[in-house]
Amino acid sequence: MSQQASVLYDAPGPRAKQRNAIYTVLFVAALALAAWWFISELDARNQLEAESWTPLLEAGVWTDFFIPGLLNTLQAAFLSILIALPIGALLGIARLSEHAWIRWPAAVWVEFFRATPVLILMLFSRELYRMAGVDSEILPLYAVVTGLVLYNGSVLAEVVRAGILSLPRGQSEAADALGMRRSQVMTSVLLPQAVTAMLPAIVSQLVVIVKDTAIGGAVVRFEEVIAQLRPLPTSDYRPSVIATLTAIAIIFIILNFILTAFANWLERWLRRRKKGTGAVVTTDMVEEQAPGVRLEDTEADVAGRKDDG
Amino acid sequence: MFDFLDKPLYAEYGGILGAFWVTIQLTFFSAIGSLIWGTVLAAMRVGPVPIMRWFATAYVNIVRNVPLTVIIVGSSVVLADQLLWTLGGSDTREISFRLAVLGFTLYTSCFVCESLRSGINTVPIGQAEAARALGLTFFQVLRIVVLPQAFRSVVAPLASVLIALTKNTTVTAAIAGIEAAALMAAMIERESDKVLLVFGIFAVGFVILTLPMGMFLGWVAKKVSVKR
Repeated sequence: MSQQASVLYDAPGPRAKQRNAIYTVLFVAALALAAWWFISELDARNQLEAESWTPLLEAGVWTDFFIPGLLNTLQAAFLSILIALPIGALLGIARLSEHAWIRWPAAVWVEFFRATPVLILMLFSRELYRMAGVDSEILPLYAVVTGLVLYNGSVLAEVVRAGILSLPRGQSEAADALGMRRSQVMTSVLLPQAVTAMLPAIVSQLVVIVKDTAIGGAVVRFEEVIAQLRPLPTSDYRPSVIATLTAIAIIFIILNFILTAFANWLERWLRRRKKGTGAVVTTDMVEEQAPGVRLEDTEADVAGRKDDG
Repeated sequence: MFDFLDKPLYAEYGGILGAFWVTIQLTFFSAIGSLIWGTVLAAMRVGPVPIMRWFATAYVNIVRNVPLTVIIVGSSVVLADQLLWTLGGSDTREISFRLAVLGFTLYTSCFVCESLRSGINTVPIGQAEAARALGLTFFQVLRIVVLPQAFRSVVAPLASVLIALTKNTTVTAAIAGIEAAALMAAMIERESDKVLLVFGIFAVGFVILTLPMGMFLGWVAKKVSVKR
């Protein structure tokens, strides 16, 4: 889109092109300077020596540390979303109920757990399980999954609610006109369509969950990827701390890129396909959810969503 | 019921209120930093210079896919332990506070950038074209047509980012015992007969910090939103 007009500026003319060329040169120079400064900073502390980095190429580092960690991360993430989905669906439907005595408790539950940090939920559930006498081997996994389920159940409740509200009004009106009961309208008309519309949002919520499992690694000793930062630098392989952390970051980046690409593909596919209403709860809406803010209000970009690079 | 709070270990945090005060300070300074760096990133991302656009896009897509925990732990073990950065702090407490603020700023600015960019994208391109056709200059188009609409649609997303940041400051507990989550971690292990009470205190603390802010900013966002 380099030569196109945008909402901010026209296609550049000769003078603008010249100016842009100057900006480009200055920016590259600044970037190179910053990179050179950081590299020399690393070099000054002897962090660039080959023996700190080459151990990462050995198979044992991966088979004994990173891959078991990654499997734990994935296990916790998938368990969490599988348990959180039905809870979220129930809470989301409950928030749309016609009965105040169902709507209100559900609203209080959802707002409470959206407002409470995941880390605190994990600490709390670890103590509960410990008091219940859960085996200390499995305790961290239980704590991580419980914390993630409590939080993401509430987040997904809002996604479900937004998904149902995103369907055209005519859907429930037609079902009402056919004489269906409220529960029938929900289970056979609204929910199946809403779940389809929510699929991209659910997959991108997985990105958030994968990132949050790292909290478990740092505070409740769950043996996922980032927890390998403790044993690996002192193991026989001896990669440096910086090298290990770089590898950990890259593992997460690749994993989340794959999930994001899948979510985007799902979204495009849902918009394109002929069947259905074309309603989609998009991926941007769930990236950061806040208590007290209605999900449908945070969708800022409608007009220009498709034009970014 | 609350006399367990008087232990000297908890006094280091300044009690529950002191610990939450550090949480608020972390949120405040990180929010200022993220707003500045996020705005710079957004300006690069929507600007006319391809290399800046490329840099900002790459930064946002990479940093937001790294778990915040990795960034915060990295700021401690890489910047402080290996590169011996102090960021002008004199004791460990001050140094970890500043490193945490740096980490939160680097991470949160991605979401600030995305919110601002999507706010600008809500303005239909026809409006800017119409304004240019009327002969308005670049800055007039920005000031009269684009930014007033962009600011209005950016309130709700930025509010969500601010609240998420408030909750995210708990990750500081992974590197230092200075704020509310670390105090809770210390308490919940020692007061095994009051687990529910300790959890209740800290959970309600965060609800008090985030829920009214969310409801108020959600209300403001609705009030100022542009009807299309």
